[in-house]
Amino acid sequence: MSEFLLEVGTEEVPARLLDGAAADLGRLFGKAVDGMGLTDIGDVTVESTPRRLTLVARGLPARQQDRCQTLRGPARRIAFDGEGNPTRAALGFARKAGVTVPDLEVGEDGRLCVTRTIVGRSVRDLLAESLPGVVLGVRFPRSMYWTGKGGPRFIRPIRWLVALLDGEVVPFEIAGVRSGNTTWGHRRLGSGHLAVSGEGDYRRALRDNGVLLSGEDRSERILSGARALLPPGMLLRDNPRLLRTLVNETECPTAVLGNFDERYLDLPEEVLETVMLVHQKYFAVQDGEGAMANCFVAVANAASDNGGVIRRGHERVLRARFNDAQFFWEFDQRSSLAERVDDLEDVTFQATLGSYREKTDRNLEVVEGLVESLRVDDATAAAARRATLLAKTDLTTEMVGEFPELQGRVGGLYAAVQGESREVADAIYDHYLPLGASGPVPRSQAGRIVSLADKLATVGGMFRAGLMPTGSKDPLALRRAAYGVARIVMETGAEVSLDRLVDLAAAGDNSSRLRGFLLDRFRHWLRDSRGFAADVVEAVLAAPDQVPVDISARAKALASVRHTDDFEALAVSFKRIRNILEHARFSTTAEPPSVHPDLLESGAETELHGALQPVAAAVGELNSRREYGKSLPAIASLRPSLDRYFDQVLVMVDDEAVRNNRLAFLAGMLQALSTIADFARLVPDPRR
Amino acid sequence: MRLKAYWANQGCIVQEPFDCEVGAGTMCPETFLRVLGPEPYNVAYVQPSRRPTDGRYGENPNRLYKHMQLQVILKPAPADVVELYLRSLEEIGIDLSKHDCKLEEDNWESPTLGAWGVGWQVMLDGLEVTQFTYFQQCGGLDLEVVPAELTYGLERLAAFIQDVESIYEIRWNDRWTYGDVRLADEEQYSTYNFEEADVEFIWSEFRLHEAECKRLLKRFREVRDPVERRRYPILAAFDQTLKCSHLFNTLQARGAISVTERAQVIQRVRNLAVAVANAWVAQRTADRSAS
Repeated sequence: MSEFLLEVGTEEVPARLLDGAAADLGRLFGKAVDGMGLTDIGDVTVESTPRRLTLVARGLPARQQDRCQTLRGPARRIAFDGEGNPTRAALGFARKAGVTVPDLEVGEDGRLCVTRTIVGRSVRDLLAESLPGVVLGVRFPRSMYWTGKGGPRFIRPIRWLVALLDGEVVPFEIAGVRSGNTTWGHRRLGSGHLAVSGEGDYRRALRDNGVLLSGEDRSERILSGARALLPPGMLLRDNPRLLRTLVNETECPTAVLGNFDERYLDLPEEVLETVMLVHQKYFAVQDGEGAMANCFVAVANAASDNGGVIRRGHERVLRARFNDAQFFWEFDQRSSLAERVDDLEDVTFQATLGSYREKTDRNLEVVEGLVESLRVDDATAAAARRATLLAKTDLTTEMVGEFPELQGRVGGLYAAVQGESREVADAIYDHYLPLGASGPVPRSQAGRIVSLADKLATVGGMFRAGLMPTGSKDPLALRRAAYGVARIVMETGAEVSLDRLVDLAAAGDNSSRLRGFLLDRFRHWLRDSRGFAADVVEAVLAAPDQVPVDISARAKALASVRHTDDFEALAVSFKRIRNILEHARFSTTAEPPSVHPDLLESGAETELHGALQPVAAAVGELNSRREYGKSLPAIASLRPSLDRYFDQVLVMVDDEAVRNNRLAFLAGMLQALSTIADFARLVPDPRR
Repeated sequence: MRLKAYWANQGCIVQEPFDCEVGAGTMCPETFLRVLGPEPYNVAYVQPSRRPTDGRYGENPNRLYKHMQLQVILKPAPADVVELYLRSLEEIGIDLSKHDCKLEEDNWESPTLGAWGVGWQVMLDGLEVTQFTYFQQCGGLDLEVVPAELTYGLERLAAFIQDVESIYEIRWNDRWTYGDVRLADEEQYSTYNFEEADVEFIWSEFRLHEAECKRLLKRFREVRDPVERRRYPILAAFDQTLKCSHLFNTLQARGAISVTERAQVIQRVRNLAVAVANAWVAQRTADRSAS
């Protein structure tokens, strides 16, 4: 089986982009090979280290298949004269096709033709042509040029290229680098200019020169190395993202165990973890009970740490970092959060919206609105107010200046040691939550109010200032903030209507756009987080009354009955009603005129009219108690009557009075029954 | 010294420090202006870098108001530039085969200079010792030739090599420590920048230097004579820009600039830097085509 080896040798690729680059290279290679018209496109694997993207394709054929091509020429009677001699037409065609006259054939249509075999090109040639495009096609968020303005772009300079098809170099060039058969080992544990003949040889050469090509091998080496070093009973604090970063930052990872002075354990774990994980990329260590231990595991890009030089270096850096943190902690206690409220005047929230002091005042207004709408008790309201007042003050602390990712949490920790109540401290601590589509929402009701108020005020203020997100651009992360609103409201069952949320956000002239924006976040939540089908979501969102938690309950009820026979048929009938009304230009939203019973035709029409009354009453009653699981089957029970109605009754009759009466009846029914969802928006299941 | 000798051997001009206050070696004309245009240039120099907001009254073992950078510019960046750099560390006695050396992504951006590049922070046993940047833009201009900029933090390197906990414990020579030599600077300038600097005076200086820079650049646009154009003091205009930049930093440390103002002042300095860069390029281009 054939074997193709491609290695793109680079300077150190950022760890966070390496996996994506490797995947992209595999995808682009597959696409290029796909376009070559080969019988088999082989089996492609991609691996990477910080200094190389390596692709191996097995089973590529040696060449494209030969193809037959038929060229058509002039009709036979034009091509030959009466004596069978070729005319100029025949000669010209033969010349164009590159054959002599005796090779010309006559096709079934009576025209001359030539059938030629196009010899398939060698895959080696095809690869040589396409590889520069494949490599440079890999996308990166911020690429660079290095050979000069207008030169090729990549994430970091490409320094060597290995391209071997069954041991032979596939020749091409990128940015002045020619492909060849030599690779490079680890920067300090190996040498350069290593000639290789194929994949097996290549892997051996790398291994002998300090490079573990496989990410899994590197990962295993880190974990087993750490396990071997840790004292009994101690465990690494699991962190898959950190592990991935370290795997992508090293070619020869070696776990190194270091210690730090126990007194630093007096600092909050949040601070210690941030220093270790985020700034130094060390694993934290804990004992069997989960308590943090005064040691850490660093991962060196080295073969070993004989003599402990590396360990001592990392210990020293960590000590200095912890010292800083301790300094910040003590320094920050010189003024309390409460004393910092006015300092927020000097911290800009956003150019047009003013300082964080003003932002805090806006947040407090929204808190008042939420307290009223959610009818929270006095103690919770007081905690929410106090927490909102203090929530942003940690932005003036040294600790947050140094560790911005700890904003909010630092405030919570400081509040706790400065004698604020537990409720207040927790609410401050949690007020940036939720951070994304997953992850927790604030623990307490006070925390949720503080968080909601902060997010609503932010989004509303930005919309009011005309700073709506556009396309993929959302520099102020308003989508995330609004999604946070959706999550808190939906997941904690906050009884507040969408209109009220829009009111509180105070988006001014852009209120209706904000309403659509928020509705969109609820739509995403229903679909992505709760997995409701798109048509169910659209159906419930099209119903008039938009209390978010209620939307969720309706979606749930609708999703459970929608695929029953009765309901599918009902959805079809509703669609039909809507079409009839729209066709007749009869409003589906305005209050319909009352129905004159004397104009109803006895039979299917009076039957449906009669059946509707009790159902509508029951549905209204059930809906007011949010028992949608019961009201939907009640609606479905109308199906036989509805079916008969459409079998036997023609709505658009010539008699205007009768026609209008029927339209009014249908419009009324549609409205009465569409408070849960607009059933006409359901898409029938094609499998049924 | 040995680093300078190493880079001299690699074909760099060894320059002396630039004599205006700068926040980083990048701001010196030897970097900021020389990276513009197509001419090759290799240079190494030590540059004292003053950052008023980083002052800590000499109390923090790792942070200084004024620290020393060794700045190296290789334009264009040679293909083995990373190796050249690593060998420079070995040259000063660091056996990299015994240490943990990583190049971690760190892209550099200076809003006041209209400059950015991509690169790494070089981590030695977890300590950042060098900033390595491939410049892409400077003074708002896409660079024609891509230089590599190596910025060594000399205090950190010295502390690393001497294995001391605090910068102030670095032995300057057998007799004096870093603290003996520099502690007073740190204490006094921290006091000046955070407490004593006269805000009105500094603002007025800022405005004067800004006006002088603008005046010079405006005049340059009117100069037509080639000889006069070549001799025109764009470099002096750049000095004015650097003054503004440093005064801005002082104002910031003094707490005299609200965050709203901050963006505007950065924009003002940036406008000067961009205008100087454009004038410099125009001047050099005319000069090249004339010769």
